[in-house]
Amino acid sequence: MYVGNMSAGRFIEQEHIGALIADYSGMATRHIPATRVEAACASGGLSFRQAVIAVASGMEDVVVAAGVEKMTDVGTGVSVDTLAGAADREWEGFVGATFPGLYAMIATDYMHRYPLTREQLAQVAVKNHFNGARNPIAQFQQEITVETVIRSSLVADPLRLFDCSPITDGAAAVIVAPLERAREFTDRFVKVRASAQASDTISLHDRADISRLDATVAAGRRALDSAGLSHRDIDLVEVHDCFTIAEICAIEDLGFCRKGDAGRLTEEGITALDGDLPVNTSGGLKACGHPVGATGIKQICEVVQQLRGEAGKRQVPGAEIGMTHNVGGTGATVAVHILEAI
Amino acid sequence: MSVARFWRKIPQRYNLIGTRCGTCGTYFFPPRSFCPSCRREGKIEEYRFPGKGKVVTHTVIRSASEQFERQTPYVLAIIQLDEGPRFTAQVVAEPGEIQVGTPVRPVFRRISADGESGVIHYGTKFVPVR
Repeated sequence: MYVGNMSAGRFIEQEHIGALIADYSGMATRHIPATRVEAACASGGLSFRQAVIAVASGMEDVVVAAGVEKMTDVGTGVSVDTLAGAADREWEGFVGATFPGLYAMIATDYMHRYPLTREQLAQVAVKNHFNGARNPIAQFQQEITVETVIRSSLVADPLRLFDCSPITDGAAAVIVAPLERAREFTDRFVKVRASAQASDTISLHDRADISRLDATVAAGRRALDSAGLSHRDIDLVEVHDCFTIAEICAIEDLGFCRKGDAGRLTEEGITALDGDLPVNTSGGLKACGHPVGATGIKQICEVVQQLRGEAGKRQVPGAEIGMTHNVGGTGATVAVHILEAI
Repeated sequence: MSVARFWRKIPQRYNLIGTRCGTCGTYFFPPRSFCPSCRREGKIEEYRFPGKGKVVTHTVIRSASEQFERQTPYVLAIIQLDEGPRFTAQVVAEPGEIQVGTPVRPVFRRISADGESGVIHYGTKFVPVR
Protein backbone atom coordinates (compact mmCIF):
# COMPACT_ATOMS: atom_id res chain seq x y z
CA MET A 1 0.00 0.00 0.00
CA TYR A 2 1.17 3.49 -0.86
CA VAL A 3 -0.27 6.54 0.89
CA GLY A 4 0.17 10.00 -0.60
CA ASN A 5 0.27 12.61 2.13
CA MET A 6 1.94 16.00 2.28
CA SER A 7 1.98 17.08 5.89
CA ALA A 8 -0.03 15.12 8.42
CA GLY A 9 2.76 16.02 10.85
CA ARG A 10 1.85 19.69 10.73
CA PHE A 11 -1.86 19.41 10.00
CA ILE A 12 -2.76 16.79 12.66
CA GLU A 13 0.57 16.12 14.40
CA GLN A 14 0.61 12.55 13.11
CA GLU A 15 3.59 11.12 11.26
CA HIS A 16 3.96 7.49 10.16
CA ILE A 17 0.70 7.83 8.27
CA GLY A 18 1.33 4.77 6.07
CA ALA A 19 1.41 2.49 9.09
CA LEU A 20 -1.58 4.25 10.67
CA ILE A 21 -3.78 3.73 7.62
CA ALA A 22 -2.60 0.16 7.12
CA ASP A 23 -3.59 -0.48 10.74
CA TYR A 24 -7.05 1.12 10.67
CA SER A 25 -7.88 -0.43 7.29
CA GLY A 26 -7.19 -3.88 8.73
CA MET A 27 -4.00 -4.61 6.81
CA ALA A 28 -1.37 -4.19 9.53
CA THR A 29 -2.02 -7.52 11.23
CA ARG A 30 -1.58 -9.16 7.83
CA HIS A 31 1.74 -7.31 7.64
CA ILE A 32 0.98 -5.71 4.26
CA PRO A 33 3.80 -3.21 3.50
CA ALA A 34 2.64 0.41 3.73
CA THR A 35 4.74 3.33 2.46
CA ARG A 36 4.02 7.05 2.71
CA VAL A 37 4.82 9.04 -0.43
CA GLU A 38 5.41 12.80 -0.15
CA ALA A 39 5.72 15.32 -2.96
CA ALA A 40 3.60 18.20 -1.63
CA CYS A 41 0.42 18.51 -3.73
CA ALA A 42 1.68 15.76 -6.08
CA SER A 43 1.87 13.18 -3.27
CA GLY A 44 -1.25 11.41 -4.60
CA GLY A 45 -0.01 11.26 -8.19
CA LEU A 46 3.30 9.83 -7.02
CA SER A 47 1.55 7.35 -4.73
CA PHE A 48 -0.36 6.04 -7.77
CA ARG A 49 2.83 5.94 -9.83
CA GLN A 50 4.65 3.97 -7.11
CA ALA A 51 1.79 1.44 -7.10
CA VAL A 52 1.95 1.14 -10.90
CA ILE A 53 5.74 0.67 -10.81
CA ALA A 54 5.45 -1.94 -8.05
CA VAL A 55 2.88 -3.96 -10.02
CA ALA A 56 4.54 -3.47 -13.41
CA SER A 57 7.91 -4.62 -12.05
CA GLY A 58 6.40 -7.77 -10.60
CA MET A 59 7.65 -6.89 -7.10
CA GLU A 60 4.06 -6.67 -5.85
CA ASP A 61 0.82 -8.18 -7.08
CA VAL A 62 -2.13 -6.14 -5.82
CA VAL A 63 -1.43 -2.67 -4.45
CA VAL A 64 -3.61 0.02 -2.89
CA ALA A 65 -2.72 3.55 -4.01
CA ALA A 66 -4.23 5.98 -1.55
CA GLY A 67 -4.01 9.67 -0.75
CA VAL A 68 -5.20 11.65 2.25
CA GLU A 69 -5.02 15.10 3.84
CA LYS A 70 -6.84 16.48 6.89
CA MET A 71 -6.32 20.23 6.61
CA THR A 72 -9.10 21.96 8.53
CA ASP A 73 -7.99 21.24 12.11
CA VAL A 74 -5.57 24.19 11.95
CA GLY A 75 -6.27 27.88 11.30
CA THR A 76 -5.70 29.62 7.97
CA GLY A 77 -2.33 31.08 9.07
CA VAL A 78 -0.92 27.65 9.91
CA SER A 79 -2.30 26.01 6.76
CA VAL A 80 -0.90 28.83 4.57
CA ASP A 81 2.50 28.35 6.23
CA THR A 82 2.36 24.54 5.97
CA LEU A 83 1.53 24.73 2.26
CA ALA A 84 4.35 27.28 1.79
CA GLY A 85 6.66 24.42 2.79
CA ALA A 86 6.09 23.02 -0.73
CA ALA A 87 8.21 25.90 -2.02
CA ASP A 88 11.79 26.73 -1.00
CA ARG A 89 11.54 27.61 2.71
CA GLU A 90 14.89 29.45 2.83
CA TRP A 91 14.47 31.52 -0.32
CA GLU A 92 10.72 31.83 -0.93
CA GLY A 93 8.91 31.21 2.37
CA PHE A 94 11.43 33.21 4.42
CA VAL A 95 10.64 36.48 2.61
CA GLY A 96 6.88 36.01 2.89
CA ALA A 97 5.95 34.09 -0.27
CA THR A 98 2.65 32.21 -0.02
CA PHE A 99 1.29 29.72 -2.55
CA PRO A 100 -1.34 32.10 -3.90
CA GLY A 101 1.49 34.68 -4.07
CA LEU A 102 3.74 32.44 -6.15
CA TYR A 103 0.97 31.53 -8.60
CA ALA A 104 -0.02 35.23 -8.67
CA MET A 105 3.50 36.00 -9.89
CA ILE A 106 2.99 33.39 -12.64
CA ALA A 107 -0.28 35.18 -13.52
CA THR A 108 1.39 38.62 -13.58
CA ASP A 109 4.14 37.33 -15.87
CA TYR A 110 1.65 35.47 -18.07
CA MET A 111 -0.73 38.41 -18.46
CA HIS A 112 2.19 40.70 -19.25
CA ARG A 113 3.24 38.45 -22.13
CA TYR A 114 0.05 36.84 -23.46
CA PRO A 115 -3.44 38.17 -24.22
CA LEU A 116 -5.27 36.60 -21.25
CA THR A 117 -8.13 38.70 -19.89
CA ARG A 118 -9.38 38.86 -16.29
CA GLU A 119 -12.73 37.48 -17.53
CA GLN A 120 -11.11 34.49 -19.27
CA LEU A 121 -9.25 33.65 -16.07
CA ALA A 122 -12.52 33.83 -14.13
CA GLN A 123 -14.17 31.52 -16.65
CA VAL A 124 -11.86 28.70 -15.52
CA ALA A 125 -13.43 28.89 -12.04
CA VAL A 126 -16.95 29.29 -13.46
CA LYS A 127 -16.51 26.16 -15.61
CA ASN A 128 -15.07 24.12 -12.74
CA HIS A 129 -17.89 25.14 -10.38
CA PHE A 130 -20.39 24.16 -13.12
CA ASN A 131 -18.80 20.69 -13.17
CA GLY A 132 -18.56 20.56 -9.38
CA ALA A 133 -22.30 21.24 -9.17
CA ARG A 134 -22.75 17.94 -11.04
CA ASN A 135 -20.41 15.97 -8.76
CA PRO A 136 -22.01 14.61 -5.56
CA ILE A 137 -18.62 14.37 -3.80
CA ALA A 138 -17.48 17.92 -4.67
CA GLN A 139 -16.75 20.32 -1.80
CA PHE A 140 -18.58 23.12 -3.64
CA GLN A 141 -21.67 22.09 -5.59
CA GLN A 142 -22.84 25.59 -6.47
CA GLU A 143 -22.52 27.26 -9.84
CA ILE A 144 -20.91 30.71 -9.90
CA THR A 145 -20.64 33.53 -12.44
CA VAL A 146 -17.73 35.60 -13.73
CA GLU A 147 -19.04 38.36 -11.43
CA THR A 148 -18.65 36.06 -8.39
CA VAL A 149 -14.96 35.68 -9.17
CA ILE A 150 -14.22 39.29 -10.11
CA ARG A 151 -16.03 40.68 -7.05
CA SER A 152 -14.39 38.29 -4.57
CA SER A 153 -11.61 39.66 -2.37
CA LEU A 154 -8.01 39.86 -3.56
CA VAL A 155 -5.74 37.19 -2.08
CA ALA A 156 -2.56 37.94 -4.06
CA ASP A 157 -2.94 40.32 -7.00
CA PRO A 158 -4.25 39.54 -9.58
CA LEU A 159 -5.67 36.36 -7.99
CA ARG A 160 -8.90 36.62 -6.03
CA LEU A 161 -10.52 34.22 -3.58
CA PHE A 162 -12.48 32.46 -6.36
CA ASP A 163 -9.28 31.96 -8.37
CA CYS A 164 -7.99 29.74 -5.53
CA SER A 165 -8.67 26.12 -4.63
CA PRO A 166 -9.92 25.70 -1.05
CA ILE A 167 -8.58 24.09 2.14
CA THR A 168 -10.10 20.61 2.18
CA ASP A 169 -10.31 17.37 4.15
CA GLY A 170 -10.35 14.40 1.83
CA ALA A 171 -9.14 10.94 0.95
CA ALA A 172 -9.21 8.68 -2.09
CA ALA A 173 -7.95 5.21 -3.00
CA VAL A 174 -7.67 2.97 -6.02
CA ILE A 175 -6.48 -0.62 -6.44
CA VAL A 176 -3.76 -1.46 -8.94
CA ALA A 177 -3.30 -5.05 -10.15
CA PRO A 178 -1.84 -6.84 -13.19
CA LEU A 179 -4.28 -6.75 -16.14
CA GLU A 180 -4.43 -10.55 -16.27
CA ARG A 181 -5.63 -10.67 -12.66
CA ALA A 182 -7.98 -7.67 -12.74
CA ARG A 183 -10.99 -9.74 -13.80
CA GLU A 184 -10.76 -11.75 -10.56
CA PHE A 185 -11.84 -8.63 -8.71
CA THR A 186 -14.08 -6.67 -11.11
CA ASP A 187 -15.26 -6.52 -14.71
CA ARG A 188 -15.19 -2.72 -14.66
CA PHE A 189 -11.44 -2.16 -14.50
CA VAL A 190 -9.54 0.33 -16.65
CA LYS A 191 -6.05 0.02 -18.08
CA VAL A 192 -3.08 2.22 -17.15
CA ARG A 193 -1.63 3.29 -20.50
CA ALA A 194 1.16 5.53 -19.21
CA SER A 195 2.76 6.76 -16.01
CA ALA A 196 5.23 9.63 -16.20
CA GLN A 197 6.91 11.96 -13.74
CA ALA A 198 9.28 14.91 -14.04
CA SER A 199 11.12 17.40 -11.82
CA ASP A 200 12.06 21.05 -12.08
CA THR A 201 13.65 23.63 -9.76
CA ILE A 202 11.97 23.88 -6.35
CA SER A 203 11.85 27.70 -6.60
CA LEU A 204 9.67 29.52 -9.10
CA HIS A 205 12.40 32.16 -9.55
CA ASP A 206 14.86 29.57 -10.94
CA ARG A 207 12.59 28.38 -13.79
CA ALA A 208 13.70 28.85 -17.39
CA ASP A 209 10.30 30.52 -18.02
CA ILE A 210 8.12 31.76 -15.13
CA SER A 211 4.88 31.08 -17.06
CA ARG A 212 5.78 27.59 -18.27
CA LEU A 213 5.93 24.49 -16.09
CA ASP A 214 8.70 22.54 -17.83
CA ALA A 215 8.05 19.51 -15.59
CA THR A 216 4.51 19.46 -17.03
CA VAL A 217 5.93 19.72 -20.56
CA ALA A 218 8.35 16.83 -19.87
CA ALA A 219 5.93 14.52 -18.03
CA GLY A 220 3.16 15.16 -20.57
CA ARG A 221 5.42 14.35 -23.51
CA ARG A 222 6.83 11.23 -21.80
CA ALA A 223 3.32 9.96 -21.03
CA LEU A 224 2.04 10.42 -24.59
CA ASP A 225 5.23 8.95 -26.08
CA SER A 226 5.20 5.87 -23.87
CA ALA A 227 1.51 5.27 -24.62
CA GLY A 228 2.07 5.88 -28.34
CA LEU A 229 -0.82 8.36 -28.32
CA SER A 230 -1.36 11.90 -29.61
CA HIS A 231 -3.31 14.78 -28.07
CA ARG A 232 -6.28 14.01 -30.33
CA ASP A 233 -6.65 10.59 -28.64
CA ILE A 234 -7.31 12.13 -25.21
CA ASP A 235 -11.05 12.43 -24.50
CA LEU A 236 -10.80 14.28 -21.20
CA VAL A 237 -8.16 15.53 -18.78
CA GLU A 238 -8.06 16.28 -15.07
CA VAL A 239 -5.46 19.03 -14.61
CA HIS A 240 -3.99 20.54 -11.45
CA ASP A 241 -6.00 23.79 -11.15
CA CYS A 242 -4.84 24.82 -7.67
CA PHE A 243 -5.36 28.33 -9.08
CA THR A 244 -7.19 29.41 -12.24
CA ILE A 245 -3.89 30.43 -13.86
CA ALA A 246 -2.56 26.92 -13.18
CA GLU A 247 -5.27 25.37 -15.39
CA ILE A 248 -4.44 27.83 -18.18
CA CYS A 249 -0.74 26.89 -17.98
CA ALA A 250 -1.49 23.15 -17.69
CA ILE A 251 -3.61 22.99 -20.86
CA GLU A 252 -0.84 24.71 -22.81
CA ASP A 253 2.15 22.98 -21.20
CA LEU A 254 0.58 19.54 -21.74
CA GLY A 255 0.52 20.55 -25.40
CA PHE A 256 -3.24 20.74 -26.03
CA CYS A 257 -2.83 24.23 -27.51
CA ARG A 258 -0.18 26.85 -28.17
CA LYS A 259 1.15 29.05 -25.35
CA GLY A 260 -1.21 31.97 -24.90
CA ASP A 261 -4.31 30.24 -26.33
CA ALA A 262 -5.85 28.48 -23.29
CA GLY A 263 -7.79 31.56 -22.17
CA ARG A 264 -9.53 31.74 -25.54
CA LEU A 265 -10.17 27.96 -25.48
CA THR A 266 -11.83 28.34 -22.07
CA GLU A 267 -13.89 31.32 -23.22
CA GLU A 268 -15.08 29.42 -26.30
CA GLY A 269 -16.21 26.46 -24.19
CA ILE A 270 -13.76 23.99 -25.68
CA THR A 271 -12.71 22.85 -22.19
CA ALA A 272 -16.30 22.70 -20.91
CA LEU A 273 -18.17 19.46 -20.18
CA ASP A 274 -19.70 19.46 -23.68
CA GLY A 275 -16.59 20.85 -25.42
CA ASP A 276 -14.02 19.09 -27.59
CA LEU A 277 -11.62 18.68 -24.65
CA PRO A 278 -13.44 18.54 -21.30
CA VAL A 279 -11.03 19.70 -18.58
CA ASN A 280 -11.65 18.95 -14.90
CA THR A 281 -15.03 17.22 -15.18
CA SER A 282 -14.84 16.54 -11.42
CA GLY A 283 -14.91 20.27 -10.71
CA GLY A 284 -11.13 20.21 -10.41
CA LEU A 285 -9.23 21.30 -7.34
CA LYS A 286 -11.26 24.52 -7.43
CA ALA A 287 -14.74 23.07 -6.86
CA CYS A 288 -14.19 19.40 -5.98
CA GLY A 289 -11.64 20.49 -3.34
CA HIS A 290 -7.89 20.15 -2.83
CA PRO A 291 -6.93 17.86 0.07
CA VAL A 292 -3.34 18.07 -1.12
CA GLY A 293 -2.13 14.48 -0.61
CA ALA A 294 -5.40 13.01 -1.92
CA THR A 295 -5.81 15.15 -5.05
CA GLY A 296 -3.70 13.02 -7.39
CA ILE A 297 -5.68 9.89 -6.50
CA LYS A 298 -9.01 11.73 -6.75
CA GLN A 299 -8.07 12.71 -10.31
CA ILE A 300 -7.50 9.02 -11.13
CA CYS A 301 -10.88 8.16 -9.53
CA GLU A 302 -12.64 10.77 -11.67
CA VAL A 303 -11.11 9.48 -14.91
CA VAL A 304 -11.95 5.88 -13.90
CA GLN A 305 -15.59 6.88 -13.32
CA GLN A 306 -15.69 8.63 -16.70
CA LEU A 307 -14.16 5.66 -18.54
CA ARG A 308 -16.65 3.30 -16.90
CA GLY A 309 -19.52 5.59 -17.91
CA GLU A 310 -20.46 6.11 -14.26
CA ALA A 311 -20.00 9.88 -14.01
CA GLY A 312 -23.72 10.67 -13.97
CA LYS A 313 -24.65 14.26 -14.86
CA ARG A 314 -21.06 15.09 -15.77
CA GLN A 315 -20.49 12.04 -17.99
CA VAL A 316 -18.47 12.71 -21.14
CA PRO A 317 -20.27 10.54 -23.74
CA GLY A 318 -18.11 7.74 -25.11
CA ALA A 319 -14.98 8.66 -23.12
CA GLU A 320 -12.30 6.05 -23.84
CA ILE A 321 -8.98 7.63 -22.90
CA GLY A 322 -8.37 10.10 -20.07
CA MET A 323 -5.35 11.90 -18.67
CA THR A 324 -4.49 13.17 -15.19
CA HIS A 325 -1.98 15.91 -14.36
CA ASN A 326 -0.85 16.43 -10.75
CA VAL A 327 1.60 19.18 -9.69
CA GLY A 328 3.73 19.49 -6.56
CA GLY A 329 4.61 23.02 -5.46
CA THR A 330 4.77 25.55 -8.27
CA GLY A 331 5.91 22.82 -10.67
CA ALA A 332 8.93 21.14 -9.05
CA THR A 333 7.20 17.75 -9.34
CA VAL A 334 4.66 16.69 -11.96
CA ALA A 335 2.95 13.33 -12.47
CA VAL A 336 0.96 12.57 -15.62
CA HIS A 337 -1.07 9.39 -16.12
CA ILE A 338 -3.09 8.10 -19.05
CA LEU A 339 -5.91 5.61 -18.49
CA GLU A 340 -7.94 3.70 -21.06
CA ALA A 341 -11.34 2.03 -20.92
CA ILE A 342 -11.38 -1.73 -21.53
CA MET B 1 12.67 29.53 11.66
CA SER B 2 15.19 28.41 14.32
CA VAL B 3 18.02 30.75 15.39
CA ALA B 4 20.72 28.41 14.08
CA ARG B 5 18.99 28.01 10.75
CA PHE B 6 18.65 31.77 10.36
CA TRP B 7 22.23 32.53 11.46
CA ARG B 8 23.70 30.10 8.92
CA LYS B 9 22.36 32.25 6.09
CA ILE B 10 23.33 35.69 7.49
CA PRO B 11 26.04 36.43 4.86
CA GLN B 12 23.53 35.83 2.07
CA ARG B 13 20.58 37.53 3.73
CA TYR B 14 22.46 40.65 4.90
CA ASN B 15 25.01 41.13 2.11
CA LEU B 16 23.77 39.23 -0.96
CA ILE B 17 26.79 36.94 -0.95
CA GLY B 18 26.20 34.32 -3.59
CA THR B 19 28.39 32.18 -5.80
CA ARG B 20 29.73 32.03 -9.33
CA CYS B 21 30.94 29.08 -11.42
CA GLY B 22 34.51 29.79 -12.59
CA THR B 23 34.12 27.24 -15.40
CA CYS B 24 31.01 28.54 -17.20
CA GLY B 25 30.75 32.00 -15.60
CA THR B 26 27.15 31.57 -14.35
CA TYR B 27 26.23 33.55 -11.22
CA PHE B 28 24.07 32.02 -8.48
CA PHE B 29 21.84 33.78 -5.99
CA PRO B 30 20.54 32.09 -3.89
CA PRO B 31 24.03 30.53 -3.80
CA ARG B 32 24.65 27.04 -5.13
CA SER B 33 27.60 24.93 -4.04
CA PHE B 34 27.25 22.83 -7.19
CA CYS B 35 26.95 24.11 -10.77
CA PRO B 36 23.98 22.33 -12.43
CA SER B 37 25.55 22.79 -15.91
CA CYS B 38 29.23 21.96 -15.29
CA ARG B 39 28.59 19.48 -12.47
CA ARG B 40 31.91 17.94 -11.43
CA GLU B 41 33.83 20.22 -13.83
CA GLY B 42 32.38 23.30 -12.12
CA LYS B 43 34.49 25.62 -9.95
CA ILE B 44 32.30 27.38 -7.42
CA GLU B 45 33.61 30.60 -5.87
CA GLU B 46 32.03 33.21 -3.61
CA TYR B 47 30.69 36.41 -5.19
CA ARG B 48 29.21 39.47 -3.51
CA PHE B 49 26.43 41.01 -5.61
CA PRO B 50 26.17 44.82 -5.65
CA GLY B 51 22.41 44.19 -5.84
CA LYS B 52 21.27 46.25 -8.80
CA GLY B 53 18.43 44.60 -10.67
CA LYS B 54 14.90 44.79 -12.01
CA VAL B 55 11.44 43.36 -11.34
CA VAL B 56 10.63 40.25 -13.41
CA THR B 57 7.16 39.66 -11.96
CA HIS B 58 5.29 40.77 -8.84
CA THR B 59 2.20 40.47 -6.65
CA VAL B 60 0.66 42.00 -3.54
CA ILE B 61 0.24 39.52 -0.68
CA ARG B 62 -3.04 40.26 1.12
CA SER B 63 -3.46 36.94 2.95
CA ALA B 64 -0.25 35.77 4.63
CA SER B 65 1.06 33.15 7.01
CA GLU B 66 0.96 34.01 10.73
CA GLN B 67 4.47 35.46 10.77
CA PHE B 68 3.63 37.98 8.06
CA GLU B 69 -0.04 38.70 8.87
CA ARG B 70 0.69 42.09 10.42
CA GLN B 71 2.62 43.25 7.33
CA THR B 72 -0.19 42.74 4.80
CA PRO B 73 -0.60 44.04 2.21
CA TYR B 74 3.02 43.75 1.08
CA VAL B 75 4.62 43.70 -2.37
CA LEU B 76 6.47 40.51 -3.35
CA ALA B 77 8.51 40.18 -6.52
CA ILE B 78 10.98 38.06 -8.42
CA ILE B 79 14.07 40.20 -8.91
CA GLN B 80 16.67 39.65 -11.61
CA LEU B 81 20.12 40.95 -10.70
CA ASP B 82 22.28 42.56 -13.41
CA GLU B 83 24.55 39.47 -13.34
CA GLY B 84 21.57 37.24 -14.21
CA PRO B 85 20.35 35.33 -11.16
CA ARG B 86 16.72 35.61 -10.09
CA PHE B 87 15.29 35.33 -6.60
CA THR B 88 12.22 36.24 -4.57
CA ALA B 89 12.13 39.32 -2.34
CA GLN B 90 9.81 41.92 -0.89
CA VAL B 91 9.76 45.35 -2.48
CA VAL B 92 9.26 48.37 -0.24
CA ALA B 93 6.56 50.03 -2.34
CA GLU B 94 2.85 50.72 -2.41
CA PRO B 95 0.63 48.25 -4.32
CA GLY B 96 0.62 49.40 -7.94
CA GLU B 97 3.88 51.31 -7.60
CA ILE B 98 6.07 48.76 -9.40
CA GLN B 99 5.73 47.10 -12.79
CA VAL B 100 7.49 44.39 -14.77
CA GLY B 101 10.89 45.91 -15.59
CA THR B 102 11.02 48.47 -12.73
CA PRO B 103 14.70 48.93 -11.70
CA VAL B 104 15.39 48.23 -8.01
CA ARG B 105 18.22 48.43 -5.49
CA PRO B 106 18.69 46.52 -2.21
CA VAL B 107 18.01 47.83 1.31
CA PHE B 108 18.61 46.20 4.71
CA ARG B 109 15.27 45.64 6.44
CA ARG B 110 13.47 43.66 9.10
CA ILE B 111 11.80 40.68 7.37
CA SER B 112 9.83 39.04 10.19
CA ALA B 113 9.89 38.26 13.90
CA ASP B 114 9.11 35.14 15.92
CA GLY B 115 6.42 36.70 18.10
CA GLU B 116 6.86 39.48 20.70
CA SER B 117 10.06 38.22 22.33
CA GLY B 118 11.45 35.94 19.62
CA VAL B 119 14.24 36.37 17.11
CA ILE B 120 13.95 39.27 14.68
CA HIS B 121 14.87 38.13 11.18
CA TYR B 122 16.65 40.78 9.13
CA GLY B 123 17.46 40.56 5.47
CA THR B 124 17.37 42.31 2.13
CA LYS B 125 14.35 43.98 0.59
CA PHE B 126 14.38 46.11 -2.55
CA VAL B 127 13.23 49.64 -3.35
CA PRO B 128 12.34 51.07 -6.75
CA VAL B 129 15.05 53.27 -8.25
CA ARG B 130 13.62 56.61 -9.34
